[in-house]
Amino acid sequence: MSRLDIQCDLVEQLLVRFLRSEVGKFGFQRVLVGLSGGVDSAVSAALCARAFGPRNVLGLRLPYKSSSPASEADALAVVAALGIETRKVDISAMVDGYVMQQDIADRVRRGNVMARARMIVLYDVSAEWRALVIGTSNKTELLLGYSTQFGDSASALNPLGDLYKQQVFQLARHLGLPARVIEKTPSADLFEGQTDEGELGFTYAEADALLERMVDQRLGEEELVAAGFARDFVRRIAGRVASSQYKRLPPIIAKISDRTVNHDFRYLRSWGH
Amino acid sequence: MNCRVLLAQIEPTLGNLSANLELHFAEIENARKRKIDLVLFPELSLSGYFLRDQVAEAALPGEHPVLAELCQRSRGISIGAGFVERGSDGRLYNSYGFFEDGRLLHVHRKVFLVTYGMFDDARDFAPGEQFQVIESRHGRFGVLICEDMWHVEAGYLHFLSNVDALIVPSASPGRGVIQDEEPGMRSVRAWSRLQDALALVFQIWLVYVNRVGSEDGVIFAGGSRLVDPFGCEAAALATLEPGRLEVALESQTLHRARLAMPLRRDAKGWLVQRELGRILGQQNT
Repeated sequence: MSRLDIQCDLVEQLLVRFLRSEVGKFGFQRVLVGLSGGVDSAVSAALCARAFGPRNVLGLRLPYKSSSPASEADALAVVAALGIETRKVDISAMVDGYVMQQDIADRVRRGNVMARARMIVLYDVSAEWRALVIGTSNKTELLLGYSTQFGDSASALNPLGDLYKQQVFQLARHLGLPARVIEKTPSADLFEGQTDEGELGFTYAEADALLERMVDQRLGEEELVAAGFARDFVRRIAGRVASSQYKRLPPIIAKISDRTVNHDFRYLRSWGH
Repeated sequence: MNCRVLLAQIEPTLGNLSANLELHFAEIENARKRKIDLVLFPELSLSGYFLRDQVAEAALPGEHPVLAELCQRSRGISIGAGFVERGSDGRLYNSYGFFEDGRLLHVHRKVFLVTYGMFDDARDFAPGEQFQVIESRHGRFGVLICEDMWHVEAGYLHFLSNVDALIVPSASPGRGVIQDEEPGMRSVRAWSRLQDALALVFQIWLVYVNRVGSEDGVIFAGGSRLVDPFGCEAAALATLEPGRLEVALESQTLHRARLAMPLRRDAKGWLVQRELGRILGQQNT
């Protein structure tokens, strides 16, 4: 048994309870999830379907013109497996309206615009559908900062944020999601041939094993090297975690009064709910 | 002692006193119909737990109408409920009130304020400084609020005071989901092990009342339970969901446990006091 092996039935129970409690208290009965065709959004949608019933979950497919047709097919397979509502909004025109006009060739910038365009659609449809946006960012990508700020990382609440990528896979199998979604190579599908592990330069298995020891067990560099991790890998990951802290926190507010938002104006979101 | 107790595993709303009060009244009146002697609620059951700056806003002075109302309702049924207390000294406490026969018979102020990891009690509350016994019509009770239970000396003091039961109201989040030798949340297993051990060595009934619900992603575990004076689970509620559990606490089991193993007879409080004096004296020099 590895320290990454989770009790899937228990995790499902906890996350369904979390979703019901946190969504219901704000007066919502419905939720929506951006469905990429990948395993994270599939797991988020599956948990929502269990928490609220499939008819109260809207899976939004948000392709760009260069998105892989396989991603769309995978997203539809998730919709079919869960019986949730779905809708397709092609983001090509809204993305190109900016990207073409500004002649942006840098694929990272283009990818960020796509991720943020999807966020705009999700939040707009959430107002129309009277639903909360459920996040799909897992613990690995949150810690590595492997996401677009205000893009795919944006949500009202996130059931996956304390699960490493491999744990998301375990949960996906437990929830009976389509094999094609679980077995395919993880990709943000922001440009052709992109894969997460190719872009990161290491595998999720490597990252998860290290992050669990670094973050959950709080082992230091020497202990990690003694445990068999390459020193340069340890430093690289530690550097990524520290340098992406800004993505995990709200904007920094200059404190000039006695009581300041995010400093010492201390209330939960659940305030009064 | 012979009393019927109802453990109310509720989901309070953060900072919404009137909603929480309704929840209490519903449980109390239901329990009254069922001829329950004592109904017990979790820690900070009237206010919710992660109050932060709401602590000052949620604080109830001793003469607050809500406490007066609970006093009124305590005729014929005793009530234990958690609230933010504004002491006459002006300090704010994480308190547990024991209401009986129309009055607030006892208030325990949480002594061991939990301040690490996700918790920040000591920033928001002043610590209590006593472990007094509740002389209820239903028995001798000691209250340990949540983290109080983890400090074994707190339970030991109640043991020396010869309590029949420890009441442990709690707002304990569930966590730890890794596959292990045993199923379930790691935190819940740890709590249960300690409860079993305390009931066993102190030879008391242990009544654990935990809350459920989520406050900004922290998911309270529930799993309220009764442990008998032999350290064995007598009854338990499921984790995570609201529920109520009726249990009976009686003297006979206490006597049997204490007869089988005379830990109380052989307790040496005077020796502990002497040794504490020596140890603490050494530390101070």
